[in-house]
Amino acid sequence: MTNDVKKKKQLMTRLIPLIVFLCVSIFLYIGLFRDATVLESTFIGRPVPEFALNDLVEPELQHDKSVLSGKPMLLNVWATWCPTCYSEHKYLNELAEDGVYIVGMNYKDERKKALKWLDELDNPYKISLYDPDGMLGLDLGVYGAPETFFIDSKGIIQYKHVGDINPRNWNGELKAVYEQLK
Amino acid sequence: MKKIFVLMTLMLSFSVAAVIDVYDFETEEQEALFRTLTAELRCPKCQNNNLADSNASIAKDMRQKTYNMVVDGKEEDEIVTYWIDRFGNFVLYKPPVTLGTAILWVGPGLFILFGGLIIVRNSRRKVSVETDDRDEELSSAEKDRLAKILKDSEK
Amino acid sequence: MIPEIGHFSLIVATALSFLLAIYPLIGAKINHPGMINSAKPLAIMQFLLMSLSFAVLAYSFATDDFSVGYVATNSNSLLPIQYKISAVWGGHEGSLLLWSLTLAIWTAAVAVFSRGIPKVALARVLSVMGMIAIGFNLFILLTSNPFDRTLPYLPLDGNDLNPLLQDVGLIFHPPMLYMGYVGFSVAFSFAIAALMAGRLDSAWARWSRPWTLVAWVFLTAGIALGSWWAYYELGWGGWWFWDPVENSSFMPWLAGTALIHSLAVSEKRGVFKSWTVLLSIAAFSLSLLGTFLVRSGVLVSVHAFASDPARGLFILAFLIAVVGGSLLLFAVKGSEIKSRGKYGLFSRETFLLVNNVLLIAALLVVLIGTLLPLVHKELGMGSISIGVPFFNNIFFYMIIPFAIALGVAPLLRWKKQEADLRPLFKQLAVIAVASIVLAVALPAIFADKIKIVAVIGFALAFWVIITSALEVYIRATHRHSFASGVIKLGRSHWAMVLGHVGLAMMLIGISATQNYKIEKDLRMLPGDEVVFADYLFEFERIAESNGANYEGYEAVFKVSKNGKFETVLRAEKRNYLAQRGMPMTEAAIDWGITRDLYIALGEQLKDDSWAIRIYYEPFIRFIWWGGLVMAIGGLLAVSDRRYRFVNKRVAKAQ
Repeated sequence: MTNDVKKKKQLMTRLIPLIVFLCVSIFLYIGLFRDATVLESTFIGRPVPEFALNDLVEPELQHDKSVLSGKPMLLNVWATWCPTCYSEHKYLNELAEDGVYIVGMNYKDERKKALKWLDELDNPYKISLYDPDGMLGLDLGVYGAPETFFIDSKGIIQYKHVGDINPRNWNGELKAVYEQLK
Repeated sequence: MKKIFVLMTLMLSFSVAAVIDVYDFETEEQEALFRTLTAELRCPKCQNNNLADSNASIAKDMRQKTYNMVVDGKEEDEIVTYWIDRFGNFVLYKPPVTLGTAILWVGPGLFILFGGLIIVRNSRRKVSVETDDRDEELSSAEKDRLAKILKDSEK
Repeated sequence: MIPEIGHFSLIVATALSFLLAIYPLIGAKINHPGMINSAKPLAIMQFLLMSLSFAVLAYSFATDDFSVGYVATNSNSLLPIQYKISAVWGGHEGSLLLWSLTLAIWTAAVAVFSRGIPKVALARVLSVMGMIAIGFNLFILLTSNPFDRTLPYLPLDGNDLNPLLQDVGLIFHPPMLYMGYVGFSVAFSFAIAALMAGRLDSAWARWSRPWTLVAWVFLTAGIALGSWWAYYELGWGGWWFWDPVENSSFMPWLAGTALIHSLAVSEKRGVFKSWTVLLSIAAFSLSLLGTFLVRSGVLVSVHAFASDPARGLFILAFLIAVVGGSLLLFAVKGSEIKSRGKYGLFSRETFLLVNNVLLIAALLVVLIGTLLPLVHKELGMGSISIGVPFFNNIFFYMIIPFAIALGVAPLLRWKKQEADLRPLFKQLAVIAVASIVLAVALPAIFADKIKIVAVIGFALAFWVIITSALEVYIRATHRHSFASGVIKLGRSHWAMVLGHVGLAMMLIGISATQNYKIEKDLRMLPGDEVVFADYLFEFERIAESNGANYEGYEAVFKVSKNGKFETVLRAEKRNYLAQRGMPMTEAAIDWGITRDLYIALGEQLKDDSWAIRIYYEPFIRFIWWGGLVMAIGGLLAVSDRRYRFVNKRVAKAQ
């Protein structure tokens, strides 16, 4: 009797490596369909930090965090050195025409180049912030361009999207996020 | 001895693509702190590089800001917290000690504990572990063959 | 036309893998000699065809056949010939072909050099290796074919091999690693074959051991080579980053080291058998896991190959089949493995087992540390990073009991130590004191501060060295005078000594560089000088320095120590005309036994001065020399008389 029980216990022990391996495999499988380089934002549910940035178009004009509250909006981080921003820009124009309120933040760029770009490609931004040394970017956890923050009327960041906004992901999940902003 | 030494000091030069930022520090402690920080902080964008080794523009900005904070007299903890606040735990190569990360220490620790227990248990065994009989005993036919071989080799 | 020959050979080799996997195995089951004996010729044919396939790919590179897509992506007509050949394994598809070729080499070797093994057992072993070959060959044929053509387009020239890979270290590093990874498949196959047969006698360990040792030697050398390359090529003065890809090579190494020791004990003493079988499965499984991690894109690393979920899926499926299948077999059939014999608490067996446990615990640290960020994120708990500070810290604590036990074990007897352990304890106490004294003396001589962490590391190293020396003395003088006794010591005994001393050397190198390395980033103009670590670095001049395919600058430094001239170092910065503008820095290294001096030239700064980085790295060479000594120890172990393939009866008759 006890010999049988002992044998069963030994079998259970020998099965442990297999079970552990299969559990690990599940995680490996899931990992295949995720982008390992995307970093989630620490600002979800937090207010936009204090800042003082000049306007891109009117260098004398200064903005602070009040421009990022009052109504639901997108804060789009972009630059002329970023090729994905170029392909994103046309769609942003369309969204702006549809009534989406977008504030632009020109990130680590040259004012002249940025203005030329907006001139040639149209300007979807209600307000354009100029962050030449990326300090607001750092304070928001921006690590590249394009990135877009979804901010509600209280100035609380509700969502951050890394990468371009295109018809697929807008109609997929982002539009719903925007419409849920209060 | 000198000749051997000279022979041993060969001159070699190899390729490298590192970036060198020169910062001035007031004290050696500050310089050491800066080096420690840029080694243990991770570039949020790169393919697994610390701040010291990365050419990315975000890494440069972070290095500059870290330098400013070090020179301002901020402590290591303050600076680390500053970055974790903005980029999350990802940006530090030291994992936080939480229930979720406990397995890092508990896993190997438990393994050592169990391994040790098994070793002690096995060494205390009074009786031999079950033997593989097929290994130990020869059949009578094999015994005969063995006797014959031994006899042959004595010739 | 010619690439098609390579492709075709690969297809035929795959068909042969199928035959090899099935035919001899059935033969073993029904005891049919003809089918059993088919294993060896099948293995040899598979090897010949894989060699042809690989040779054709190499030929395509050598002749700049850019109609082959893989050649166009990884080579260039201006590439020097040796790099054209090494470019064969510079990318995903070609490196897999190398993997498969390596497997075919090992399979054929096992088929040919296994005279002492019963044919039935050998048939099973070769069949298992054939099964593995099926997986890899199908993976290549279905998802990663290096022979795919670009026709009807024909690129005028190739994209070129990544400049960082155009280096001698990287010619040898992948092949050596693969010889190691794939070599562990032999021990794996022996274990699986034994489980299938339902019996595991001590002879199994004796057959498996030399193959495992050779694989381990290659892996040790391959990792050491990679580390050395990273140091001189990447310019950060470091030699190990705990990057997921590096960890992927270290894990099989840890399992392999545990395995070669466990095999020794199983062979000699008949114990640990179940554990040895599990380790045999683990070592190769970790090689496969590494292959998955590096090529699937699941983890972020500079080293990783370009990834593709489809490929990742295939490897994962293969991994689950092989590892899951073998672990299931182990669970079900493992009860057949019984160990006889027992051993006391203060026996060599115990201490070997203790270190086995520590090695596998270290393996778990690396495994969990590498995979936890992935799991943590998938469970919705956020992104974390686990890197150098964590691993260095844990390994520091684990090396302490490990090195202590390592010193003691050879001094203990098998099975049971004498009743009175006091003489041994006395000896050990003396050695402990001596080690600490030396460990304090060393930094007192070469450095200006005595750091406890470094002293601990040095003490452990000296402990290992002195206990090894004592053991040699005791063993040599057992029945003879020291002089005549030493000569009689067998190769495998010296193998053990070298293996352990090699580790001690690494400990010295690691303790010294971790604690006493000096790194300075300075702005300097010609004429400036700086002093540290007793060395005077004088920046003599900077001049333009152009080459055949680059333009750049060269900074010349004169280095002297305590007034005496030491060396001249020339650090360069180059802009390769073909590259897209990223300047490459050519660091200047003055290597020595007790220290490396390393200078890298950066950009010119706003005030016209230059950014200069200077490193002083004490005893850093000991790290790689230590690895080399360990590998030589492994080679000695394999060359031991016992593994000679001379037919003993023939020798006796003569």
